[in-house]
Amino acid sequence: MKIILLLILISLLVALGFLVAFLWAVRSGQYEDEYTPSVRILLDDEPSSIQNDNPTNSKK
Amino acid sequence: MQASTPLVTQDQPLSAEPLEGSCYHCGEPCQNTEIFLEEKEFCCEGCKMVYEILHEHDLCRYYQIDDNAGISLKGRRLEHYAYLDDPEVREKLLQYTDGEQSQVRFYLPQIHCASCIWLLENLYRLNEGVSRSEVNFTRKEVRISYLESQTSLRKVVELLSSIGYAPAINLGDVEKPKEKAVSKRLYFQLGVAGFAFGNIMLLSFPEYLGLKGEEDQFFQRLFGYANIVLAIPVLFFSGWDYIRSAALSLRHGHFNMDVPISLGILALFGRSVVDILMSGGAGFMDSLAGLVFFLLIGKWFQQKTFYHLAFDRDYRSYFPIAALVRDGHEERSVPVQKLEPGQTIIVRNGELIPADGLLLKGAARIDYSFVTGEAEPLAKQVGEKLFAGGRQMGERIELTLTKKVSQSYLTQLWNDAAFHKDGDFAAKRLADRVGRYFTFVILLISAVTLAYWIPRDGSIAFNAFTAVLIVACPCAVALAIPFTFGNSIRILAHNRFFLKNVFVLEALRSVQAIVFDKTGTLTGIQQAGIKYQGEPLSSQDRKAVQSLVRQSAHPASRQIDHWLGDTGEPSDVTDFEEITGKGVRGLVLGKRLKVGSGSFVQAPVSQGEGVFVEIDGKLLGRFETGNQYRNGLWEVMRDLKSKFQLYLLSGDNDRERERLEALFDDTKVLHFNQSPADKLNFVKELQAKGLKVCMIGDGLNDAGALRQSDVGIVLTENTNNFTPASDAILHAGQFDRLPDLLDFSRKNINLVYGAYGFAVVYNIIGLSFAVQGALSPVVAAILMPASSISMVFFGVLSSNWLAGRLNLRRWNDKNHPIV
Repeated sequence: MKIILLLILISLLVALGFLVAFLWAVRSGQYEDEYTPSVRILLDDEPSSIQNDNPTNSKK
Repeated sequence: MQASTPLVTQDQPLSAEPLEGSCYHCGEPCQNTEIFLEEKEFCCEGCKMVYEILHEHDLCRYYQIDDNAGISLKGRRLEHYAYLDDPEVREKLLQYTDGEQSQVRFYLPQIHCASCIWLLENLYRLNEGVSRSEVNFTRKEVRISYLESQTSLRKVVELLSSIGYAPAINLGDVEKPKEKAVSKRLYFQLGVAGFAFGNIMLLSFPEYLGLKGEEDQFFQRLFGYANIVLAIPVLFFSGWDYIRSAALSLRHGHFNMDVPISLGILALFGRSVVDILMSGGAGFMDSLAGLVFFLLIGKWFQQKTFYHLAFDRDYRSYFPIAALVRDGHEERSVPVQKLEPGQTIIVRNGELIPADGLLLKGAARIDYSFVTGEAEPLAKQVGEKLFAGGRQMGERIELTLTKKVSQSYLTQLWNDAAFHKDGDFAAKRLADRVGRYFTFVILLISAVTLAYWIPRDGSIAFNAFTAVLIVACPCAVALAIPFTFGNSIRILAHNRFFLKNVFVLEALRSVQAIVFDKTGTLTGIQQAGIKYQGEPLSSQDRKAVQSLVRQSAHPASRQIDHWLGDTGEPSDVTDFEEITGKGVRGLVLGKRLKVGSGSFVQAPVSQGEGVFVEIDGKLLGRFETGNQYRNGLWEVMRDLKSKFQLYLLSGDNDRERERLEALFDDTKVLHFNQSPADKLNFVKELQAKGLKVCMIGDGLNDAGALRQSDVGIVLTENTNNFTPASDAILHAGQFDRLPDLLDFSRKNINLVYGAYGFAVVYNIIGLSFAVQGALSPVVAAILMPASSISMVFFGVLSSNWLAGRLNLRRWNDKNHPIV
């Protein structure tokens, strides 16, 4: 039965990990704009002569 | 910055298929213009120019992501951005700079589609100095980093402006302290509470199923201690705001809703700690964490903010940052705060006068419509006084300043104490009134319980007393308003009626009188559909016609002027004559022009009604001008008349008195020639009579009245335009729905009463356990989340049902995305 102690400890640690991940996500501003990233991901970079000339400038 | 220029087409539905004869860039119909490039048609030179820029840089994908994504450049005023080179202005605008790399954030009201995001994030392809640009669509903002060595703030802004995304930069951006980051505290609190709730539930579960035996005892203790540890951050971080607010309100001697909530939270925590430490019991920590978690969700749900709207703007949001000062023959940009009396400034067509002054040179025609509500621009002679806030229409003028910006007549008016209304919502808030009775009833019941049990059984007395406080904790009551009102303001937003916060709903309920502004509220200058029919006008002709009609103050002239858009600097008009009720004529660019009624140009009767254009004796075509009053005005008024006292305050003269009398049924409620201060005082007088007043207006001239009124509603053609400070913003296109929207807002309170009914039932059940001292953790753990969740459903479903009954769009109506 003592194994339950270990399991509970691990489950708490996992949950704590998610809490920290959530707090980090809030801190880094991921909840400030819930719309734009969903559009941005669908806009792929098409091959373009000008873009290829500027390899240093990367699209956000 | 530009309060009256509709740059964005987003408020009209965009057609999926490019229409025959519609602009390749912006999709607006090309009315009798012949601007072609590579077989693509454009509505104006501006649009063509943007296309050329994008084409040159291989950015034409812009047109493939969304159809006609472009922003119409018709009617755009040319901006002068020289002031952005001023180090002081630059320093205030930039978010960050290290001399090499700078970062700036602009509000671009034009952002409206995926193409916008794509183009703005590809800015680096248009200007090598831009190292990164990132769009925030909901806030309509773009954050740009650029290299000072390769470009400058001015160049970046000019680039944005040249592709149709002119940033809105105004005095407010530099005078007000920089916006603080959004409070993330609520999210943190919510995360911690959710974490604790889940884990405490998990650790409490064995207890619900019943623990027996010696080994179980050990785990029971262990789980109990773990629960206390987990509950500590819930009490001291997640729920602390409630306790602090309750303490504050007690210190002020009144009870708000947070008092019974805090009583419940503290009782839960205290009782649980005693249970766990003293008797090895299970405690109510799961109920505590669940309660705080649901309360915070409710708080989050009702804090719906519309980032693209601002409800708290003052005159600074309309004023430019800089003015052009003339020093001898030299002209330079000077930030407006540094303007001094005695300086000579230049105001060009369409620009705002930043400070009071005397007209020195040029023919001034000042449009004060936004400031005073006068519909027609005033012609001013050299030597006359011009007030800050007016917009020059026509040629460039020079004036000598007599006052500083901050001391000008109108700015002073806005700085007047009367214009700063303190929110007195707190006193009126329904939840707090209910909270007061609630606290009283709970304390009464718990005292009776205590008095009953103490002589009989001391330990039951403590149990029963704390149980009453726990169960009676008004979780359901506290959640009824956030979820019902929170969902309702979302529904209203889908119907383009944006409320500042949920308390506006409560305030709307008690409104008895509605005060209307006329210009821009009952009438819409730009909204009137104006169409041109006849031979296409060449760009020369357009310029000539515009120069001519600008000389006239007639509303039809202003409509035509607006329709023609930007044709460049107006030309000189000689031989000008205006014949009242007929039209105008004059000599422009060597051509003899006549613009006016059919009889004025001797057009055949078969041609119909409208404003005709004749150039050098040849009849070219006519403008059909629409009705200036808003759609559905009669129906709206008839409906509102039966429910409210209606008043009209107009800054304009009374030439439309007869028409308005018919509309209002009464002449006593019509007031003309009202200054902004008159309007403010009128609302005050009504309030002195004990009436709750709702003011519906549109311009800065109503700003004082809007603030003074109990609910100030601003009507706007385009929600991206700047609107004066208000409690709610209504899209002008929805004006005909106003009675239903008000009805919905006012009936909402009934839903909350219904929810309170539920809460009472729950409390009766809970209290019947509690007073007997028989409230077990399991009962509490079922009853409390059940009441919370049912409140969520009741609030959301009932407000949706009400919206459906009033034929409003519902929040889940995907066909009408909220913008």
